[in-house]
Amino acid sequence: MEMLVYLIPASLLLGGVGLAAFLWALRNRQFEDPDGDGQRFLSDDWDDRPKP
Amino acid sequence: MSATSISACPACIAAPSAEAMAAARAQKASGLVLSLPTAHCAACISDVERELTRMPGVRSARVNLTLKRVSVEAAPEVTPEAMIARLAGIGYEAHELDPGLLSVTETDRRGRDLLMRLGVAGFAMMNVMLLSVAVWSGAEAATRDLFHWISAAIALPTLVFAGQPFFASAWASLKARRLGMDVPISLALILSSAISLYETFQGGEHAYFDAAVSLCFFLLAGRYLDYRSRAIARSAAEELAALEVPRATRIGPEGESIVPIAELALGDLVRVRPGARMPVDGIVTEGASELDRSLLTGETLPVRVAAGLPVSAGEVNLTGPLTVRVTAAGRDSSLHRMADLVAVAESARNRYTSLADRMARAYSPSVHLLALAAFIGWMVQSGGDIRLAVNVASAVLIITCPCALALAVPAVVTAASGRLFRQGLLIKDGTALERLAEVDTVVFDKTGTLTLGAPRPIDLDRHDATDLSLVAALAAGSAHPLSAALAAALTDRGIAPAPVSGLREVPGEGVEAFLGDRRVRLGRADWTGATPEDMTATYLDAGDGRAPRTFVFADQLRPGAAEAVAALKAAGKRVVLLSGDAETPVARLSKELGIEEWHAGARPEEKAGRVADLTAAGGRVLMVGDGLNDTAALAGAHVSVSPATALDAARVASDIVLLGQDLQPIALAASLAVTARRRIKQNFALSLGYNLVAVPVALLGLATPLIAALAMSASSITVSLNALRLR
Repeated sequence: MEMLVYLIPASLLLGGVGLAAFLWALRNRQFEDPDGDGQRFLSDDWDDRPKP
Repeated sequence: MSATSISACPACIAAPSAEAMAAARAQKASGLVLSLPTAHCAACISDVERELTRMPGVRSARVNLTLKRVSVEAAPEVTPEAMIARLAGIGYEAHELDPGLLSVTETDRRGRDLLMRLGVAGFAMMNVMLLSVAVWSGAEAATRDLFHWISAAIALPTLVFAGQPFFASAWASLKARRLGMDVPISLALILSSAISLYETFQGGEHAYFDAAVSLCFFLLAGRYLDYRSRAIARSAAEELAALEVPRATRIGPEGESIVPIAELALGDLVRVRPGARMPVDGIVTEGASELDRSLLTGETLPVRVAAGLPVSAGEVNLTGPLTVRVTAAGRDSSLHRMADLVAVAESARNRYTSLADRMARAYSPSVHLLALAAFIGWMVQSGGDIRLAVNVASAVLIITCPCALALAVPAVVTAASGRLFRQGLLIKDGTALERLAEVDTVVFDKTGTLTLGAPRPIDLDRHDATDLSLVAALAAGSAHPLSAALAAALTDRGIAPAPVSGLREVPGEGVEAFLGDRRVRLGRADWTGATPEDMTATYLDAGDGRAPRTFVFADQLRPGAAEAVAALKAAGKRVVLLSGDAETPVARLSKELGIEEWHAGARPEEKAGRVADLTAAGGRVLMVGDGLNDTAALAGAHVSVSPATALDAARVASDIVLLGQDLQPIALAASLAVTARRRIKQNFALSLGYNLVAVPVALLGLATPLIAALAMSASSITVSLNALRLR
């Protein structure tokens, strides 16, 4: 049962990381254009050099 | 339930006042939004963005493929027309949208807010459930207490944050002295977390943190679904409204300039070119032309205007350029008048109580009574053990809590409106589907609804080849819709135009030319010396001494009109045609479509009156119309549909907008609505069934947190799956 001392914080931490990632994505408007984002990564514009 | 309690008013959103629109436009002067209906792929995104950023003055362009729009940041000298031309050059159709009408940021923020609460509740639910599994499988003493404490530490802040929409709405309905669905929800959340906290302090066996958090999660999911289907409908409705950027050509002291209608003042002079819609009400000061009033009155015969005659907004100028002095602008303008008209009509519509509301009305009091009964019963039974009685009462509240009920309607409406949207129907109002399911009478308008409002010649075979070739030559000289239709039909038949000379268009009259030394004319009856017919027609004076020839036109049927009428009749609905047009064309059309019941020459108030009569006789009327003359009837009917080409006011007044040309989806929608309604009722029955099994268990005090969690999740998931069968 001593294991719980490590396991519970670890599981909470992992869950918290997931939640933080979700909130970050939400704030960065990543759910605004799901169709477009799905297509955009197929385009090869700016593959050779970064967008100015 | 949320579907109705936060009921948005579509009229308020889609028809804001002219002042608000002007203010919003001034604010966003540098940002432009174009609609891109044909964009669909990765290449489209890069094509459009590359082409636009290449234009001098454009700072950035970003395509949103989900909304099929591109937002452009540009210097003020870059005009939307130039961008549209540029995009047309690479093969993309684009339309300017009025950014003032697209309240993107506002709706966005609310959606993100709900999504964030949903995410937090989901995270908390997973973690608390993990801990609960250990408790359910037999953790004891110190371990159980520790798990309860951790659960409390996760669940309590989550409930405070994620439960806010419910608490706020419950508080609002309590202040209004009503018992909405949110009151028992909030009570269950608060009571169960309070008793669980107390149990945890006492080292008790049962804590309901898991149930409270998953309750919150499922309810938020229902609310988010509901919000999303409403937001999609609203953004599409806004887009329709924003498509007509209201501008006018003003003749000022320093020449002509294009200004927003909101800036026009009384007495300004406005130029209206042929083919354009009247932007304002006014009086013609210069020029002669013909007007198409079909959107306002349903009449298909063009009306002649000349200097000194009044014109009103919404009429289409057909032949000659007109100069109009503005007699109504700003607050008195027809834009405002239309909004007033709709507001009056909307308030006249008898308030419909949705299925969900009827459920909630019976549900809320009975849940409270049940919980109270459990509390009192167990107090008496146990001889005053408050802790036990509160435990049982909160278990009853949690188990009866309307997770499945709150999901039942939004899930079905989302699935059904998604399917209808793919068919080209936009559901603007949440209860429209339910109302559509009850319809037994369908009233159609004629011009612009069953027909396209585009004329086509119907008696070309009566005429000989010389006349036809003469008409082909004359008709090519004008952009008047009748001429254009004649020219197109004759080209299709392969008729060569006669060699005429000196072709010229006489505004408001017709086309004139010379064949050798004979003067030939194609145009109005009195101008060519013919007797006018009671139908849309044009007349040919061949200058050969014979009587003028008549070319009769009929309106072109909208695609799918015949199929839709046949399908509705096959479904046992009564179909009525109500038109403001003259008797002959209406009779012809109803014969063509097989509609036995028709009325011609109906004025707007007669249309509304007839719809009211049908309703009073016990009918549930579906009104399909597009003109200003239909607006009152649209708003007065049980449910209403208008095509996307309809006038603003008509679209605002109707519950469903037809996005494509085809009328056939209406029949499909009527049958899908019946299925959707059946699905909603099934969902209610399902969740009631779960309650019937679980509530006695809870009342007997046998409900463990495990049973509560199982009953709740199982009913929510069953209901969602049942709704998904509609897709």
